Amino acid sequence: MTAEPAAHPIIEFRNASYQLPDGATLLDSVSMTIARGETLVLLGRSGAGKTTALKLINRLLEPTSGEILVEGRATTAWNSIELRRHIGYVIQEAGLFPHYTVVQNVSLIPRLERWPEERIRPRIEELLLLVGLDSGNFSQRYPHELSGGQRQRVGLARALAADPPILLMDEPFGALDPLTRADVRREFSALQQRLKKTIVLVTHDTSEALLLGSRIALTESGRLKGIYSPREFLHSSQPIASAYTAQLHALEEFERGQ
Amino acid sequence: MNVMDYFLHHPGEILGATLEHVELVAVAMLIAVAVGVPLGILVARRPWLSKPIVGSANVAETIPSLALLGFLLTVPWLGDRAGRLAVAALALYALLPIIRNTAAGIAGVDPAVREAARGMGMTERQILFQVELPLSLSTVLAGIRVATVLTIGIATIAAAVGAGGLGEYIFRGLAMVNNSLILAGAIPAAILALGADFLLSILERRLRPAR
Repeated sequence: MTAEPAAHPIIEFRNASYQLPDGATLLDSVSMTIARGETLVLLGRSGAGKTTALKLINRLLEPTSGEILVEGRATTAWNSIELRRHIGYVIQEAGLFPHYTVVQNVSLIPRLERWPEERIRPRIEELLLLVGLDSGNFSQRYPHELSGGQRQRVGLARALAADPPILLMDEPFGALDPLTRADVRREFSALQQRLKKTIVLVTHDTSEALLLGSRIALTESGRLKGIYSPREFLHSSQPIASAYTAQLHALEEFERGQ
Repeated sequence: MNVMDYFLHHPGEILGATLEHVELVAVAMLIAVAVGVPLGILVARRPWLSKPIVGSANVAETIPSLALLGFLLTVPWLGDRAGRLAVAALALYALLPIIRNTAAGIAGVDPAVREAARGMGMTERQILFQVELPLSLSTVLAGIRVATVLTIGIATIAAAVGAGGLGEYIFRGLAMVNNSLILAGAIPAAILALGADFLLSILERRLRPAR
């Protein structure tokens, strides 16, 4: 049980559905609550509705029925700009602005929020240090001069710039090679403890879900199949959950056979 | 009298006609950019407007230049002055490449970049001015370059309605069957076109975003 009173979740889905104009249902009456400070991982295969769920939270999409509450207020009742400034957003391939340097990318939101210059500069240094890019070396580079892992770190720094309480991450490590991926993930896992943000992370990688999630929400064809703690998930007899963990067991068996 | 002699004997006159030519093109291009870039943005934002807007610009492009001048002559305010008439016709011709390249440049911005911008809470206006336009600047400029070169050539027709420019020599040369006179108009026009192409292509390369 979490110490957080369940009556005040930071994000809540209430029978939220999202349909395309052509009638295809991407998300089918999902209800769940996300507690302040937890890391909820949305796990599922491509097309399971994970990204749709994420975009409903920062109102890049609006639910066709039901509602999503952020800080107790329906997303449609928020000013969408204000809502998005309240929520950091990290996507695959980082989506960095190619015409901006690292510093310009990271300082974008503080500048839009009209922070004074003397407050922006130390904040940028702090952020680059936080994500492991010591400012002197990288700050004036352009995204195309960085490796995939570095770009991803800049993307994270940019999302954290204005210190939003919520962080949405859409397959943030998806475009990285396996070794870099493991590195960045491990660093992120350490960072997570310090940040104390509410994080919603989308992935199709079981070990990532187990490593980073405080809870795992399993999605399949737009439906929520269940929410598990990593331990429950590992030992779940639910056919879909065990299909995911079977991959992990296969690895163990392979190692035992060696 | 050969061309060189003509240039040597009438430098001031040719320079005057060249400046007149540049002025016609410059004013027409200013108007075409001021109208074409916003139209291009509109087309990129509302794809259903592409057919009517790009279609109309396309039609204007296909009207033979002399005929277009003739049509515009009947338009009340435009037809009053030769310069006005010529500038309007030139601006119409310059419109299509500008609209098309602006729309293509904006449509070519990586969707992930646009989505990141929206997701971070940038307003549509901020996305346009700080992300989409800077990233499509070199494509927009390529359209302006094509339009400028085109317009420098077409502007020789302006002399047909008495708007001056280098076309004066060409028309006079045609009437007098004097090749030197024709070249006295054609050579400076060609040099102008090459020069504009060169300068704008340098600017375009400078502005191209790194990948």
